[in-house]
Amino acid sequence: MATPLVELENISIAFGGVRAVDDVSLNLHAGEVVGLLGHNGAGKSTLIKILSGAYARDSGTIRIDGQEAEIRSPADARRYNIETIYQTLALADNLDAPANLFLGRELTNRFGLVDDARMEAETRRIMARLNPNFKKINEPVSALSGGQRQSVAIARAVYFNARILIMDEPTAALGVHETKMVADLIQELKAQGLGIFLISHDTREMMDLCDRVSVMKNGKMVGTERVEDVTEDDILSMIILGKNPKAAA
Amino acid sequence: MTDTATAPASPRTGWKALDLDTRLLGMIGAFIVIAVAFDIASGGRFITPRNLFNLTIQTASVAIMATGMVFIIVTRHIDLSVGSVLATCSAVMAMTQTAIMPDMLGFGLGHPLTPWVAIAFGIVAGAVIGGFHGYLVGYLAIPAFIVTLGGLLVWRNVAWYLTNGQTIGPLDPTFQKFGGINGTLGVTGSWILGLAAAAVAIWALWGARRSKIAHDFPVKPVWAEVAVMAIVTGGILGFVALLNAYQVPSRVLQRRFDAQGLTMPEGYTEGYGVPISIVLLIAVAIVMTVIAGRTRFGRYIFATGGNPDAAELSGIDTKMLTVKIFALMGVLCAISAVVASARLTNHSNDIGILDELRVIAAAVIGGTALKGGIGTIHGAIIGALIMQSLQSGMAMVGVDAPLQNIVVGSVLVLAVWIDIIYRKRTGARD
Repeated sequence: MATPLVELENISIAFGGVRAVDDVSLNLHAGEVVGLLGHNGAGKSTLIKILSGAYARDSGTIRIDGQEAEIRSPADARRYNIETIYQTLALADNLDAPANLFLGRELTNRFGLVDDARMEAETRRIMARLNPNFKKINEPVSALSGGQRQSVAIARAVYFNARILIMDEPTAALGVHETKMVADLIQELKAQGLGIFLISHDTREMMDLCDRVSVMKNGKMVGTERVEDVTEDDILSMIILGKNPKAAA
Repeated sequence: MTDTATAPASPRTGWKALDLDTRLLGMIGAFIVIAVAFDIASGGRFITPRNLFNLTIQTASVAIMATGMVFIIVTRHIDLSVGSVLATCSAVMAMTQTAIMPDMLGFGLGHPLTPWVAIAFGIVAGAVIGGFHGYLVGYLAIPAFIVTLGGLLVWRNVAWYLTNGQTIGPLDPTFQKFGGINGTLGVTGSWILGLAAAAVAIWALWGARRSKIAHDFPVKPVWAEVAVMAIVTGGILGFVALLNAYQVPSRVLQRRFDAQGLTMPEGYTEGYGVPISIVLLIAVAIVMTVIAGRTRFGRYIFATGGNPDAAELSGIDTKMLTVKIFALMGVLCAISAVVASARLTNHSNDIGILDELRVIAAAVIGGTALKGGIGTIHGAIIGALIMQSLQSGMAMVGVDAPLQNIVVGSVLVLAVWIDIIYRKRTGARD
C-alpha cells in the first residue's frame, strides 16, 4: 500500500495532570476521509489541534508523506498544506469575507500593501464555485448566516490548495440544505485526492461520509475500523464502553 | 459548481451614489454644531481664523496620540500611561538639548544638529518604553490596564527624577518650530501644500476607481466621484485659506524686520498659514491610515481585535503584534512630546498630565469600540477636535473650570451612548 499522507504515531499531550491525548496513533491516506468520534472531552479536537499546530505535542511523531514533520505552530501546519476548519469557525467577525479568507496570507501589490481589489476578485471567483448564493462579499462576516460563514471557512481551506483538510464539526451550525452542500463538497475534495479528517457527533453522518472511523475515549484510541466492517451499533458501543467489539471477537 | 462570477451589485443612485460615511458626517456635523453654538454664545469670537488656528494647534498633541490609541483599543487593550510617557520623552528631549548635546557630547549650545538628535532620542525612548509595555502585555500576559496603570506612575516620576522636577527651557529655536505659532509654513507654502494634498487626494480616488473597474466591481457614477473629489478639494483648500487668513500681528512683523535691520514697508501684512505641528499631524494621520487599511500589520491589528483566537489560528504572531502596537504608541507619544513641549517652549514637570484621559476620550468619541475590532484614525482625530472645541469654547464664554470638566465628562458618556444607538440602528455594519 502507498505511503500514508499523514501518520500520527504515539502522540501524547497533557494539560496540567490530565492526559488529554494518550499515546494515540492514526494515519490518513490521500483521497480518504477518516472520522473521529467520541464523547466531549475524549481528545478528538485536541489530537486534531496538534496536527494543525494549535497545540504543541509533548511526545510522538508526525509524518507527512513518510517524512518527519516539524509542526509546532499554525504557520508550520500551513507550510505542509494542512488547512483546518474549526468548530468555532475561526473568523474575525469585524472583517469581510475576503479579509478572512486571506487572513495571515494577504495578497500584496508591488509596494507591499495589501491588495484588497485582487483579494475580493479571488473571493468572488471561489465563492461562485462553492456557494453561488453568496453575495455579501463586502459585509463584515458577523452579518452572515451560519452557512455563509461556513462557506468562508471552507473557501479558505480550498483556495490555498490544502492537501490535508481537518474539519471539526463542519455541519454543527448548519441547516439541512447547507449540510448537504458540505457533504457534497467533502465528496468532491476527496475525489481530488485530499486527505480529510472529520470530527462529528453525528454517527449516522459519519457512516455516510467516512471511509474509516476512529473512536476515542478519555484521551485513548479505542479503535479504527472501515465503515463497511462495522454497524452503527458497534460504533456506539465503542464510544460508550470504550471497547472495540471487533478486536474482542 | 460553475465558474461564473456573481453579478456585480446594481449601482446605487441619487444621494446614496456618493457612498458617504454617515458616521464621519455625523461627527463633522457635531463639530459644526458646537462651533456655531459657541460662536453665538461668545458674540462671534469662536469662528474666527485666530481661534480656529489656536484650536488646531491645541488639538495636535492629543490627536497624534489618539491615532495610536485607536490601534491599542482595537486590539482590546488600553494605554493609561500615554501622558506620563509623553512627559518622560519630553524630559529626555529637553535634557538632550540642554545637557547631553552641549556638555556631555561637547557640541556646545545651539549646534544645528541638536534639535534632530533630541527628537531621535525622544523617539527611541518612546519606542523602547512602549515596546516594553507591549512585551509585558503580550508575552507575560499581564493585563494592559495594569501594565499601563503602573506605567502612569512610573514614567511620570521617571520624568520628575531625570529633571529633578525643574522646568527646562527655553528649548532650541528650531525645535520650537514644531509647537505651532512659532513655526508655520506661511501663505505661499500653505497654498503649495494644499494644492499638492488636493492633487494626491484626487489621484488616490481616481486610482481606487480604476482598480475597481479593472476587477469589474461596481463603481460610483462619474458625477458622484467628481462630487466627492470636489468636496475633498474644497475642504483642503478651505482649511488652508482659513489658516492663511490669520494675520501675524504687526508688532511681531515689526520685530522680525528690526531683527534683520530692515524697515517694514507700509501696510505689509503676512498670514500664518498651516502650522508645522499640523503638517506633522496630517503626516501621522496619513501614515496611520495607510497602516490601518493597506498593510498586513494593520489587517492583523483589526483581525486580532475582532477575534484573537482566529488571528492566532491563522498563524499571526499576536504576541509580537502587541509589542509592535505598544511601541508605535510610544513613538507617537514622543512625537506628541515634541509638539507639546515646543508649544510651551520648555519642558515642565506637569506636561501631559491627564492626557491619557483626553486621548482615550478622543478615540472613543471618534467611534473606536472598547470591545475591540472597530475604530478609525480620522474618527479619533475629529474626536480630539471635538473635545478641544468644547474645552476652549467653554473657556471662551467664561464657564467655570469645574463646570467645564463636568460637561466634558458627560459628553464622553453621551457620545458613547449615541454611538451604541447608531450601531444598533445600522445593524451589524461597521
